[in-house]
Amino acid sequence: MVKVMINELLCKGCGLCVRACPKGVLALSKEKLNAKGYHPAEPVNPEECIGCASCARTCPDVAIRIERE
Amino acid sequence: MALTLMKGSEAIAEAAIRAGARFFFGYPITPQTEIPEYMSARMPEVNGCFLQAESEIAAINMVYGAAGTGERVITSSSSPGVSLKQEGISYIASAKLPCVILNVMRGGPGLGSIQASQGDYFQATKGGGNGDYHLLTYAPASIQEAIDIMMFAFDKAEKYRVPVLFLADGIIAQMMEPVEMPEMVDFKVDPEKKPWAATGWKPGDDPAKRAVINSLYIETEALSVHNEALQATYREIEKNEVCWENYKTDDAEIVVTAFGTVSRVVKSAVDELRAEGVKVGLFRPISVWPFPSDALRETACRDGVKAVLDVEVNEGQMLEDVKLAINGDKPVDFFGHLGSQFPTTEEIKQKILEMKEAK
Amino acid sequence: MSVVFEKTQLLTDKPFHYCPGCNHGIIHRLVAESIDELVKEGKLEAGNIVGVAPVGCSVFAYDYFNCDMYEAAHGRAPAVATGIKRAKKDTLVFTYQGDGDLASIGTAEIVHAAHRGEKIVTIFVNNAIYGMTGGQMAPTTLVGQKTTTSPYGRDEAWCGAPIKMSEMLAQVPGSYYIERCAVNNTANIVKTKKAIKKAMQYQLEGKGFCMIEVLSTCPTNWGLSPVEAMKWLEGNMIPYYPLGVYKDKGAEAK
Repeated sequence: MVKVMINELLCKGCGLCVRACPKGVLALSKEKLNAKGYHPAEPVNPEECIGCASCARTCPDVAIRIERE
Repeated sequence: MALTLMKGSEAIAEAAIRAGARFFFGYPITPQTEIPEYMSARMPEVNGCFLQAESEIAAINMVYGAAGTGERVITSSSSPGVSLKQEGISYIASAKLPCVILNVMRGGPGLGSIQASQGDYFQATKGGGNGDYHLLTYAPASIQEAIDIMMFAFDKAEKYRVPVLFLADGIIAQMMEPVEMPEMVDFKVDPEKKPWAATGWKPGDDPAKRAVINSLYIETEALSVHNEALQATYREIEKNEVCWENYKTDDAEIVVTAFGTVSRVVKSAVDELRAEGVKVGLFRPISVWPFPSDALRETACRDGVKAVLDVEVNEGQMLEDVKLAINGDKPVDFFGHLGSQFPTTEEIKQKILEMKEAK
Repeated sequence: MSVVFEKTQLLTDKPFHYCPGCNHGIIHRLVAESIDELVKEGKLEAGNIVGVAPVGCSVFAYDYFNCDMYEAAHGRAPAVATGIKRAKKDTLVFTYQGDGDLASIGTAEIVHAAHRGEKIVTIFVNNAIYGMTGGQMAPTTLVGQKTTTSPYGRDEAWCGAPIKMSEMLAQVPGSYYIERCAVNNTANIVKTKKAIKKAMQYQLEGKGFCMIEVLSTCPTNWGLSPVEAMKWLEGNMIPYYPLGVYKDKGAEAK
């Protein structure tokens, strides 16, 4: 089981992680706004995650941490 | 005391090495080129670094880089080259990096001449680059004095974390004089004494001790705090580091002010006029920033002094500091030469005698 | 539980000030991770690292890299790095510069650092525009590209064609390793990191000047969303600025 953890405070909602994910795990939140005023990315299909870390590698704000259990 | 006959530029370069300088970055320009030439031969002998940069701009930025590691670093140039260095000097002053900068002045503006001049006094003492900063600036009048100043220049630069500027001229660099060369100083970077230097911080160390050599303070409040600290240092330097020479001024009726090599011509004029019974003396600032205003007032504003004459090889730059110090209490006259032509003893004598007769 | 990906300790905890989608953050991370790995592999002593930040959007890079840092005057980073490297020969010294800094005001410094074979690594981030001052034309701006100082599009007749720094510096005899990369997709991000690490390794081996050019987006000043900007980079920048190794004396020697 892979866990994608997005630090919402750091996320600027750029969407590059959404583009980078090969499995459609991530999406920008439609409702949530973070303290900076951005719609942060969030895992919408977490069970699809294969732990490739493409999202983390592309995140310009180093806001993503990935763990495997 | 063993005296050696040495050329000024080589003596100054050797003194810098003896004072612990191990890094020289420069660029050829007359009349100081013998300094980089000497350094290129001498630095390898002391495991130091000589680097001929692609420009004065690059050279001063190399100084910024090397000085930030705590090493003793020096660069030299002449007037147009020093103009190119001004950007870097402003950054170095703001980043509070100790170093020594030599300006072997030649005629200006622009390419000017390659002969000695004193036309960079304003640039040296009133800024040069952007922002509110000063350099501890010395104007040596002889090769020996340049050597002696060099031997404490790095100590002062490190004590206050300011660049030290030598406002020398082509005469000092090009002439030969018998000098006494001091012993080699044993210098090693002590990270404890230079916590600001880039000496090897690593993650896990105290974050406050990470070196950030910088002059950017994007928040106005932070820039104010930074500038106030700089100014406090400058006030401290003004208090402690002014130096000057009084020559036969005790009973002088005419006090002549002059800095650097031209003061020696003035000295000859003073000696000759004294022999003729004229009461004239010389006040010579050795530090031109900080300018010895109080000492000049003490010398020139006392009873018995009838007038002050400022002599420079420019259009009257130090004259402004002289006038500020005298503050209208005595008449201040000026005798200047433009275009790198040094005045003769006769000319100065004549000017002094004219002033005397006008009284 | 095992960590698949986490932030390197060679980056400070300070959040990047960059605009959303700006590639600087990605490139910062690759630089920091490369250093971290070299330390962990025992090839570099922790603490023997100095970085030089430029003037431009990455002017605050000294706040982000968790090592001794300098902030250089505009374009002068290679000269500053030269001074540092000469004074601290065992130290890994890198400059991080944008295209206004490196390809315009600092061309003399970068060319001569390469020419001397200065043992430093330069990370050159090329986004074809001046970012910090608000989107003016850079020497790297593409022909026809609109900026605030080329409002009708860059006119080659008056402004010349965009300068290709990797190609140019590869021609300088003193340069050792020059590669152009991009961080537009995961594969290229991995490649970029490999290039940066290789350049650093070369420096530690005492080889000559290395520069890794990284093509980057500027969504804000290009007037595109971060994802659209990546597509613009792929469709316009990469064709003009081909990715690849322009010089690798290490590989030639093998």
